[in-house]
Amino acid sequence: MSQLRLVVNGDPRSVPAPATVAGLLAHLGLDARMVVVEVNREIIRRPRHQEVTLRDGDTVELVHFVGGG
Amino acid sequence: MSTTVTPDATMQDTPLVVGGQTFRSRLLVGTGKYRSNAEMLAAITASGAEVVTVAVRRVDLDRSKEEGVLHHLDPKRFFLLANTAGCYTADEAIRYARLAREAGFNEFIKLEVIGDKETLLPDTDGLLAATRTLAREGFQVMAYTNDDLIMALRLEEAGAAAVMPLASPIGSGLGLLNPYSIRTIKRRLRVPVLVDAGVGTASDACVTMEQGVDGILMNTAIAEASHPATMAAAMRHAVAAGRLAYLAGRMPRREVAVPSSPTTGMAG
Repeated sequence: MSQLRLVVNGDPRSVPAPATVAGLLAHLGLDARMVVVEVNREIIRRPRHQEVTLRDGDTVELVHFVGGG
Repeated sequence: MSTTVTPDATMQDTPLVVGGQTFRSRLLVGTGKYRSNAEMLAAITASGAEVVTVAVRRVDLDRSKEEGVLHHLDPKRFFLLANTAGCYTADEAIRYARLAREAGFNEFIKLEVIGDKETLLPDTDGLLAATRTLAREGFQVMAYTNDDLIMALRLEEAGAAAVMPLASPIGSGLGLLNPYSIRTIKRRLRVPVLVDAGVGTASDACVTMEQGVDGILMNTAIAEASHPATMAAAMRHAVAAGRLAYLAGRMPRREVAVPSSPTTGMAG
């Protein structure tokens, strides 16, 4: 099986291809309701997680709320 | 939410309303810098705050997935106010605001555009530009700014839902450095004015509320106290006391004494 080479939160990471945003979150064990996803600087809204397919070289940011003032 | 009845039945306070949303407490608190999540939750509960601020950061993929603040704070119990802390340009702050909105809780953003690493004072050019953009996109912008009237007026004109001047620099605990500026900003703006940053202890919060502002947002003063929940309770009382004192209308300051007891009828 081929691998996608992504940059996720600043670090190189390979995931099995093909992968959607939903697939990446599942691969990483993340709850989609707790994470906001950006692919190549574009926010991917939750309803689109299943349909957006990641491509080799994509830059992904996964953010959430942490303690702050 | 019903209005709060003060001890004087003729004097009723109105609730805090920002961007069409009514809040039960005039004390807003941060969720950063606590030694533990249990300590944070105890302090926030003791503060009586409804609005709690949170920051947007990368998920740490190599650590426990339980680190997100939502694992410890029930979003049904608190109003989550995301901030753009750590952003140094308007573009960066706008990006963080959009990410925060996508979390799906509300359209409110505590907008910070920081201009200097040492003082964390705001870059007001960037702040104004970001406020304009985000207000156009439907955000309720609560803009963290200097205690400068002209900038406060411009932020209001740019569409800010609330203006949040500092008492003193973030995390400094120096208290209210310029009561006159804060009072003037409050007097001149139509949108709510909430003081954000600089309060160190309960008396600071009380004096700040006595200026007539609509509320206070604080984090470090509670989180860095030796006993955060106790300080949070003190802040709750101080904010309420300062608010009541403001509504009561203080006596005039005089340069000479005026006796409190009768000057006549003294025994001969």
